[in-house]
Amino acid sequence: MYDSGKVIIGLVIFLILITFPMWYNVATGEAENVPELEKPVKGDACVADTEYMRSFHMDVLNQWRDAVVRDGQRIYTAPDGRKFNMSLTHTCLDCHASRKNFCEKCHTYLKVTPYCWDCHTVPEEVAE
Amino acid sequence: MSVDRRKFLKFAGLAALGAAAKPLAVVAQEAEQVVDSSLPQENPLTAKRWAMVIDMQKCLDHENVKDCAQACHEAHNVPDFGNPKEEIKWIWMEDFHKAFHEQNHEYIDEKLHHAKFPVLCNHCDNPPCVKVCPTQATWKREQDGIVMMDWHRCIGCRYCIVGCPYGSRSFNWRDPRPHIKKINNEFPTRSRGVVEKCTFCEERLSQGKIPACVEAAKDDAIVFGDLEDPESKVRELLRSRFSIRRKPQLGTQPEVYYLV
Ligand code: SF4
Ligand code: SF4
Repeated sequence: MYDSGKVIIGLVIFLILITFPMWYNVATGEAENVPELEKPVKGDACVADTEYMRSFHMDVLNQWRDAVVRDGQRIYTAPDGRKFNMSLTHTCLDCHASRKNFCEKCHTYLKVTPYCWDCHTVPEEVAE
Repeated sequence: MSVDRRKFLKFAGLAALGAAAKPLAVVAQEAEQVVDSSLPQENPLTAKRWAMVIDMQKCLDHENVKDCAQACHEAHNVPDFGNPKEEIKWIWMEDFHKAFHEQNHEYIDEKLHHAKFPVLCNHCDNPPCVKVCPTQATWKREQDGIVMMDWHRCIGCRYCIVGCPYGSRSFNWRDPRPHIKKINNEFPTRSRGVVEKCTFCEERLSQGKIPACVEAAKDDAIVFGDLEDPESKVRELLRSRFSIRRKPQLGTQPEVYYLV
């Protein structure tokens, strides 16, 4: 192969550049700052267990959205038989009252910006 | 991700079971007493075909209907941009000669010419707005004929605004939230680039309540009910009085009737 030296150097530089954000976060300790979430203000148990909610709350919310808006079905029955009103503002935020100290903590850490809040209101913030 | 494979499969299985058992759950739900008071009412108002009957005679007395639009707009977080070009409206008062253009003629009483009647989305039985929507963000509900909107899906193409012959739809050119006087947590707001219109208070019906405008109207100036039920108040009124609809010649089959 011609110019293998240059090609390999090029590849190494490319790899370093593309993985830079990871190195940077590890080097500055940024990655260690795992967000601390506010404990729910009320309620004994979420609609599903914590680990599941941590990974799949967005899927739960999408299912709820479709059930309510498209099918007019508003009550969610959890596998253990408990019933919930499928509502972000009235069910989720009832226990996790602070968007800032709960939702936004992880969303900021992971740099995701869901657009739920463009329309759905946060009672705590509206009251202010 | 901290969910291991086993957990994930367990949940996936449960979710699948849940989906399969849904019709069962619905049946069980009707029988069972629900303890949580934050749940929507167990006895929603249902119908095969919702319709509205507006008594024009009673509307001539402006007092009877003057609060309708405000009640609706407060209930649904309808913004006021303070500019007629950007106006958002779900229900509003319209001059007779505009709302019923084809019924108007030059010898009509001046008072009637400028009399104002409430107009809103007609929840047409053959809705052109639904046909043109490329994303099914607006559709006619099978169960009760309400022409619904899914604001999550609307891409703001505004085909429906062009399609609707009644001007029932409005577009949010800007973020509406700062322009809502008092935000009502019971209902979401909309975002920029989304079309909105009346939904026959579908969210209130699900809680067993009649639409906000019907509630605000005095002296039964607006009546709401099931067209498929021959015993309903709307059917009785349509039997006993002569009624007109807006632009019936277009074939949209509007389901808002005006008693003459
Ligand atoms: S009045 Fe307009 S928006 Fe309402 S259903 Fe008919 S065509 Fe659609
Ligand atoms: S503006 Fe929204 S609701 Fe209207 S046709 Fe386009 S996507 Fe459908």
